[in-house]
Amino acid sequence: MSQPAAEIRRREFGNCEPKTRFADRELNLKGKICPYTFIESMLALEEMEPDQILRVIVDYPPAACDVPRSLKGEGYEVLEVTSLNETDWEILVRNKEVEDT
Amino acid sequence: MKFSEEQIHRYSRQMILPGFGGKGQKKLAAARVFLMGVGGLGSPAALYLAAAGVGTIGLADSDRVELHNLQRQILHRTADVGCLKVASGKRTLESLNPEVKVNTYPERITSTNIRQIIRDYDLILDGSDNFPTRFLVNDSCFFEKKTLVSGAILRFDGQLSTFKPHAGGPCYRCLFPEPPPPGTVPSCQEAGILGAVAGIIGLIQANEALKEILGVGKSMAGRFLFFNALHLDFQEVKISKNPSCPLCGENPTIRDLGDYSLSCPKQSCSLTQPPSPA
Repeated sequence: MSQPAAEIRRREFGNCEPKTRFADRELNLKGKICPYTFIESMLALEEMEPDQILRVIVDYPPAACDVPRSLKGEGYEVLEVTSLNETDWEILVRNKEVEDT
Repeated sequence: MKFSEEQIHRYSRQMILPGFGGKGQKKLAAARVFLMGVGGLGSPAALYLAAAGVGTIGLADSDRVELHNLQRQILHRTADVGCLKVASGKRTLESLNPEVKVNTYPERITSTNIRQIIRDYDLILDGSDNFPTRFLVNDSCFFEKKTLVSGAILRFDGQLSTFKPHAGGPCYRCLFPEPPPPGTVPSCQEAGILGAVAGIIGLIQANEALKEILGVGKSMAGRFLFFNALHLDFQEVKISKNPSCPLCGENPTIRDLGDYSLSCPKQSCSLTQPPSPA
């Protein structure tokens, strides 16, 4: 599910380089609907180190709003939500500190 | 633990709950819950624990399914009449959620085997229908430092609490030091039980078990719930550790599990006369 950033960009966006900052991990959730877009983003973040940045690509229109909102609700910092083209959105989110649970 | 696509789908509606996520689901998968009794209380509790993805469920009951059980013991089907309840229960739970490991204990649970059995579990749900078992479970949970979610029902009434004396709270004997005298409390056979009452209390037991596993919400430890179906009334009283408790008090007189079958002969009900709700 997780793919190298360069590979996703090349395959999914060709020469259309998104204005993105460095991401530690990429998650291509094209074809997935809510709430799985949010759950899979959260599962990826739970596996990442604190402060690392996850880049999520979605093409389900409600996910562009719902995923950032749900991630914020869980205490993650959403850095950027960008429309990449007519169908795809990029969500950049920073992982939170490890919780003592 | 890496979640499969199927697991994400199965548990998605609880994984999106605030603070739950993959971490909560992993806690449930790692949890081991032991149910004493697979009857009116154990049936709904076991179904919801299995559905939620509790990894290991132990079912203890030496009875076989009878036709008059089916009015409330929803783990079993008409075709199961005559089968061991633990076998029927295991079949139902595994068909609901094949990921759950179900251990069965069809043998009589006594003072000689209970501690060894519950040692393998994190949390105990008591859905037994008689006082000797109820006191046996309480005492063994105390000695093994296990959290006990206790439920009891009769007619249109139910009771529930969580006992964690190892964490500073009261135990069942803090409220009821000894079983009531034989004959003072009617049995379910004499008094009857509304099936939905068993369902409600059993589900609250499952709810409290899930909260204890997840470490969320406000525990029922130190609280005692009364339910009456006719008035649809929930009342709660605070309960505290009894310094004179014969089990967990300052000068305990119970040092080990005794012979519970002799302590309360012919008792076959589990609902005690409670302290008055506030």
